[in-house]
Amino acid sequence: MADTLDFEAWTCPLPLRDYPRVVLGHGGGGKLSEEIVEHLFMPAFGNPTLNVLGDASLVELPPGQVAMTTDSFVVRPLFFPGGSIGELAVNGTVNDLAMAGAVPQFLTAGFIIEEGLEMATLGAIVQRMAAAARRADVQIVAGDTKVVERGHGDGLYINTSGVGVVPAGVARIGPDRARPGDKVIVSGTIGDHGIAVMSVREGLEFETVIETDCAPLAELAQSIVDNTGRVHVLRDPTRGGLAATLNEIARQSKVSIIVEERQVPVKPQVQAACELMGLDPWHVANEGKLVAIVAPEAADEVLAWLRAHELGRDAAIIGEVRADRAGMVATRTAIGATRVVPLPLGELLPRIC
Amino acid sequence: MKYLDEFRNADIAKKLAEDIHRTTTQPWAIMEVCGGQTHSIIRNGIDQILPSGIELIHGPGCPVCVTPLDVIDQALAIASQPNVTFCSFGDMLRVPGSSKDLFQVKSEGGDVRVVYSPLDAVKLAQQLPDRQVVFFGIGFETTAPANAMAVHVAKKQGLENFSMLVSHVLVPPAIAAIMTSPKNRVQAFLAAGHVCCVMGMHQYPALVERFHVPIVVTGFEPLDILEGIRRAVRQLEAGEARVENAYERVVTMEGNVPAQKMLAEVFEVADRAWRGIGTIPASGWRLSEAYRGFDAALRFDVSGIHTQESPLCHSGEVLQGALKPNQCPAFGKECTPRTPLGATMVSSEGACAAYYHYGRFRDAEPVTVA
Repeated sequence: MADTLDFEAWTCPLPLRDYPRVVLGHGGGGKLSEEIVEHLFMPAFGNPTLNVLGDASLVELPPGQVAMTTDSFVVRPLFFPGGSIGELAVNGTVNDLAMAGAVPQFLTAGFIIEEGLEMATLGAIVQRMAAAARRADVQIVAGDTKVVERGHGDGLYINTSGVGVVPAGVARIGPDRARPGDKVIVSGTIGDHGIAVMSVREGLEFETVIETDCAPLAELAQSIVDNTGRVHVLRDPTRGGLAATLNEIARQSKVSIIVEERQVPVKPQVQAACELMGLDPWHVANEGKLVAIVAPEAADEVLAWLRAHELGRDAAIIGEVRADRAGMVATRTAIGATRVVPLPLGELLPRIC
Repeated sequence: MKYLDEFRNADIAKKLAEDIHRTTTQPWAIMEVCGGQTHSIIRNGIDQILPSGIELIHGPGCPVCVTPLDVIDQALAIASQPNVTFCSFGDMLRVPGSSKDLFQVKSEGGDVRVVYSPLDAVKLAQQLPDRQVVFFGIGFETTAPANAMAVHVAKKQGLENFSMLVSHVLVPPAIAAIMTSPKNRVQAFLAAGHVCCVMGMHQYPALVERFHVPIVVTGFEPLDILEGIRRAVRQLEAGEARVENAYERVVTMEGNVPAQKMLAEVFEVADRAWRGIGTIPASGWRLSEAYRGFDAALRFDVSGIHTQESPLCHSGEVLQGALKPNQCPAFGKECTPRTPLGATMVSSEGACAAYYHYGRFRDAEPVTVA
């Protein structure tokens, strides 16, 4: 991806050009640290709060319950079709806040950089983070940089923590609040992100490029939550995919969830890639999709609201919540039989044949 | 999705199932040979729409499951060596040897890598001239041609740092072994479509004649499997035993001739131990004389490693169709995908794993949705 590594496209003042790669000193707290902050991080992230550069930032929050979350990002490769670790680091944390019904406000960003990472690569990722933060309407108000010796990291790890506020009056949302009779809605096609990353990581060449769905979900989530309490659960099915998310909800809410397999939206390219690798798209990660569990009478309206947003155009009602067999997720298969949807064990292993 | 949705059509599935119901007048035991078919049957719930008298016995056709513990331990010993880059298909990484698995070797510093093709391992050998690159060459006739090609290419290029730990097994001798077992209950076979795609069907008439057992070459999608079952039941009900091809869009009588030539050049037939079953004569391949120098077991001197199975594990009986996974006393208790006693609980194609993942516990009522 030549565009992501174009040093010229990145407006960096002079001093950093003496260091085409990150060296240990950039994390040492001295002159080099100051330069990387001043010339790389501040131009991208700068805002009145961050610009103070104090040991801690002071922020004001609007009224409402405060939501906090943290996540670390270790994706390899750093760039993949449709995104990079930068967008992931912002949207991952923004989405965790959004799934609590919160409006994300502030992020912190911690960088653990492997000595030798190209400065242009770091610059491009930081630019992408900044753009993602603007799109998600959050400010990055604190940060940290550490450099580890070559061979002791995988290029770049990013940790982001986030603070958001649940608007006053919004009814509580939680993974334990699914009720029998509720409808299960997914906001779009599943498996896009995991397959996008796998396609480049494993050197698989598909005829069409499958792009990540990485996107900030707060606006989409806010479009369906309100004071009526009709939305009971919101989750973003990241690692472990839709199957893991539904299993977690079923366990925490002590209900069962029955899904119509044919109603679950999957892009043909993603389905094809999964068939090829022996994977189940239900187990593959998403970074821009949400699962909403809503009161039955509100399902059609919520679906319409989701579809009205560009990130929810392919939203679909995929199943319903039941009282019996608490903790179980089952699906009606394409040929009309029924099976249990298991919690995936761990890493996705391509099958032998 | 084109070429897939057509073979998952609910209306046609219903019609096929109805035809099977109409045809069936007595109980029949049919074995699907391949683990991929087992997985598809359980994943799609195909057995749920069959007459109760039709029993599907899950066969030994999962390459991960039948690879003997000895060979896994040999792989672990090779992969643990500091100068070795050990390459494998993904689902072999979690298969337990007698003390650990390849994931643990990796976490202990071993260079273990997942590849999608043995030719990727050959490429690695070119890129890493100072390291010994070893590919774990297991599987049936399906994975064998690519493995043969990898060794062939390595030899042609004079790559001295490439070798293969070979544990290939063959379907027809396994069918013969099942039919001659005193415990055998199998009355018809669904042969593995992809094996026949490579090898053709000419090995089957002799088996049909010897054992008077119907063999229907069958694919992997729900409609393929239902059609295979339908044809097997028709033969059984008519008292016939023939080779039938229910996977005509892929399988021809002669199979893939260039692949067969490559196999004949690189491999030679040998006796093979099958995990949980025992040694079946002439049931596998090893590298032929001309390619023996690429045999990792010889190069790393691990062929002396012999180990014992857990006495709790009944995977052998499961693989022979004598026991359903959920009839094993350890199923779901001592033995789960997280703590597998045998390979049938590890591989996604293993019958035990399929039963476990899809909730086929013995005391569980069948899941039904109105």
